[in-house]
Amino acid sequence: MKNYFIKRIIYAVFTILLIATITFFLMHSIPGGPFTRERPVPDEILKILNEKYHLDDPLVVQYFDYMKGLVTFDLGPSYSKIGTDVEELIIAGFPASAKIGALATFMIIIIGIPVGMISALKQNRPVDYMVMFFATLGVTVPSFVIATLIIYFFAGILGWLPTFGLNSALSYIGPVIALSGYSLSFVARLTRSSMLEVLRQDYIRTARANGLKERSVIAKHAMKNALIPVVTYIGPMIAAILTGSFVVERIFAIPGMGRYFVESVTNRDYTTILGMTVFYAAFYVIMVLLVDVAYAFIDPRIRFGKGSN
Amino acid sequence: MKRLISIVVILCMLTVVVSGCATDTAEGTLNWNIGADPKTLDPTLNGASDGGDVINQTFEALVREQSGVIIPGIAKTWETSEDGLTVTFNLRKSKWSDGSDLTAHDFEYGFKRGIDPATASEYAWIWEYTNIVGAAAATESGDLDSVGITATDDYTLEITLISPTDYFVSLMAFYHFMPIKQSSVEAVDGEDGAWAKDPELVVSNGPFVLTAYTIGEGLRLEKNQNYWNKKNVGLAAIDAVFIDEASTAYTAYQAGELDVLPSVPPAEVPRLIAEDPNFYVFALLGTYYYNFNMDLEIWSDVRVRKALTLAIDRDLICETLGSGQVPALGMVPPGMPDSDGNDFFETGGTYGLAIDDSMVAEAQALLAEAGYANGEGFPEFVLLYNTSEGHKMVAEMVQEMFKTNLGISCTLENQEWAVFQDTRKEGDYELARGGWLTDFLDPSGLLAIFQEGNAYNDPNYMSADYNAHMVAAQTATDSATHFAELYKAQEILMTDLPMMPVYHYTDTYLISEKVIGWERSMLGSLDFSGVSLAD
Repeated sequence: MKNYFIKRIIYAVFTILLIATITFFLMHSIPGGPFTRERPVPDEILKILNEKYHLDDPLVVQYFDYMKGLVTFDLGPSYSKIGTDVEELIIAGFPASAKIGALATFMIIIIGIPVGMISALKQNRPVDYMVMFFATLGVTVPSFVIATLIIYFFAGILGWLPTFGLNSALSYIGPVIALSGYSLSFVARLTRSSMLEVLRQDYIRTARANGLKERSVIAKHAMKNALIPVVTYIGPMIAAILTGSFVVERIFAIPGMGRYFVESVTNRDYTTILGMTVFYAAFYVIMVLLVDVAYAFIDPRIRFGKGSN
Repeated sequence: MKRLISIVVILCMLTVVVSGCATDTAEGTLNWNIGADPKTLDPTLNGASDGGDVINQTFEALVREQSGVIIPGIAKTWETSEDGLTVTFNLRKSKWSDGSDLTAHDFEYGFKRGIDPATASEYAWIWEYTNIVGAAAATESGDLDSVGITATDDYTLEITLISPTDYFVSLMAFYHFMPIKQSSVEAVDGEDGAWAKDPELVVSNGPFVLTAYTIGEGLRLEKNQNYWNKKNVGLAAIDAVFIDEASTAYTAYQAGELDVLPSVPPAEVPRLIAEDPNFYVFALLGTYYYNFNMDLEIWSDVRVRKALTLAIDRDLICETLGSGQVPALGMVPPGMPDSDGNDFFETGGTYGLAIDDSMVAEAQALLAEAGYANGEGFPEFVLLYNTSEGHKMVAEMVQEMFKTNLGISCTLENQEWAVFQDTRKEGDYELARGGWLTDFLDPSGLLAIFQEGNAYNDPNYMSADYNAHMVAAQTATDSATHFAELYKAQEILMTDLPMMPVYHYTDTYLISEKVIGWERSMLGSLDFSGVSLAD
C-alpha cells in the first residue's frame, strides 16, 4: 500500500511537469505576445520589455528557467497585472473561489446523491419524473443563464439578494446555485442510473433471497456500490469547482481566480497561463489520488498493491 | 484687561477651529464601478483608461482639463515665451499625501522616469508628441540630460519645445504627466508600479489617496488631507469596485448600490438615450475604419476604393449601433479645435463623400469605369475583423451593402485579438478593421498613422504628398500653418482612400443624479475632485 502511494505520487509529479511542459510550448506557439497592443509598443521599448522578462532568450532557456522557478514555487511576475506575482494572484483569488466551490460541492453531495437514490428507488413514479425533469433542466441550462436570472430577479426586482460581491452570507446564495446547478443535476442522474444498475445485480437478488431486510439491502450492499461512479466524477469535479468559474465569478463580480483562466490566454499573460494551469493540474491529480483512496473504503474488493488493477 | 485680551484670543482661536471644521464639509462615499481591475495605478506605466480614471483622482498634474477648459492644477500660472518655444510653469506650494513638500523636481523626476527606456513604459511614445526638445530621442537613447525639462528652482518648471505646440498645456493634464515621489517608486517591494497599489507605500498629491486595494474586487480612495485644494473636495471617500459584467453593474445601479457606471449593457443603450437624463454620451477622440491593403492588385485603382467607400450607409450603421456614434468621412473626430477655434471635423467637411446611401449611383458609375460594371469580374475578397459581436455586426452590414449596392461579394473572417493584430501588422489581409483613439487634442495624432514608417500604417499607404504635408504640419512654427497643413493632409487621405472611415467612437456613462459636480476631460478621464452627493 505504501509503495503504491509512493509510486502514485511520483507519477503525479511527473504528470504535472508534463502538463507544464506541453502548456509552455503550446502557448508560445500561438501568435501574439504579452505586449501585443492595439497601439504597437515601440520596438525599442519592446526590446527592453522582452529583455526585462527574458522573453528574448531562446525558448528552451526560457523553459528551463521557468521549470527551475516552478519547483521552488516561484511562478514569476504577471504580465497583465504588473508588479504582481502569479502566486499573489492565486493567493488573492483562491479563497473566494474555494469558499463558493466548497459550498457548491457540499450542496451537490447532500442534495444530488440522496435525490438520485430516491429517484432510483421510486423509478417511474411521480417523484422520479419530477427529479429527472429538474435534473435535465439543470444539465442543459447554462450557468450564465441561471446567474443572470438570479441577479435580475432576486437581486434586481425583489431586492432579496445583494447584486454583486461576497460581502454577506446572503451573497453566497446566487453564486452557489449557479455554480452547483450543472454538477448537482449530473450527480443526481448519475446516482440514479448507477443505483438502478446495481439493484439489478445478482448479489442484490441473493441478498434479498437470503431474507435481508430491504433497508439493509439498500444501505449495506446497493448504496456503496452505486456510489463508485459518483465518487469518480466528484473527485475531479471538486478540483474544477474550487478553482473557480470564469462565468459565475464574472457575473457575480466575485474576486476569485476563475477569471484568470480565460483572461490570461487573451492577454498572452504567459506566466499566469502556466501558473493557473499548473495549480489546477496539481489540484486535479491530488483529487484523482484521493478518489482512489476513497474506493478502498467504499468497495472492499478494491485493494492496492500487488494484484490490483 | 489682560484677561479680556486672552478671552478674545481664545474666542478667536475657537472660531478658527470651528470654521476650520466647518469648511471641511466633505461627507458621503461615492460608489463607483471602474470596470476591469486596472493593470497598474502607476501614472508613468499606465496606458489604460480605467487606470487613468483612478490616477486622475489620486494625482494632480500641472493643470486640469475639464470639458476642454484648462484650469490650474499644481501650476498656479504658466507663460509661453514669444517664440512659443519655452513654457514656464509656476508651481504653487503644495504637499504630498505624506505631508512632504511637492516641488518642481518631483515633476522633473516623474517626466524623465516616463522617458527613460529603463522604465520601459508602454506609453513612452507619447513623448514624441509633446514636442519637448530631446524627449523623443531620449525614449530610445536614455539621454535624459539633454531633454528640455528643467526644474529651475523648487517651484518653477521650464519646458523647451522643438516647435510651438498649441495643445501642449492641455496635454499636461493627461494622466501620464504626473509628479512622482521618488522614494515611493524606489521603496522595497515597490518595483514595477507595485507601490501605486500598496496603501502602505503609495504617496500621491491629488484630491484622494488610496487606502485599500483588493485584487479583483475593488479599491477605496479617501480624501487627501494634504491636498492643496481640499476645501473644494466634497467627498469623504470613494468606494470603487471592479465589475466587468455590465448587466450586473447595471442591476446594482438600479438598486442604488452604485452611483457611477462606465458602461451599460448594449441592449439598454437606445432606451437610456431616449429616456434617462442621467445617461451621458460623449464623443471619443477616435475613429473606426477599414484598411485597404494597398500592396494588393485588387485595390490598385482608386475608383474601386472610392466606390466601396461610397457604397456603405454610415448613417444606418450608426443608427443600428445606437450609442450615438457619428458617421465618419475622415480620420479626425468632432471635438478638435483648429487655430481659429473652429471644429476641425466640421471645417474639414465631407470630401465629396456621403454619410448615407445617397451616392450609390456614383459608386456604381466609378466601379463601371474601373471595368467592373455591376461588380462583374471583381474578385471575391475577405473582410477581416477581430472577434467581437459588435465588429461582426458592422462587418455583416458592410458585406450586405457591398453586395446590394455594387454587386461585389466578400466573405467575413474573424480572428482572436492578438492573432488579428499580428496578421494585420504583417499585411496578410485584403480588407481589415482598424480603430484608433488619440490622447491629445490635435488631429496630428490620428493623421500621423498613415505617414510612411508609422508602425500602425497597416494599409502600407505611401504618398510623398501626404508625408510632405504631415512633416510640414509637425514642423510648423505657427499654428495657422500647422492646421492648414493638416487640413490639406486629410484632404489627400480622403482622396486617396487607403482606408474607409466608418464612424467616430463614443463614450457612455450612467451617473446618478445625486452625484453633483463631476467633470470629464476631452481626453475621456473622469474627475471627481469637485463632486458632492445630494441627499
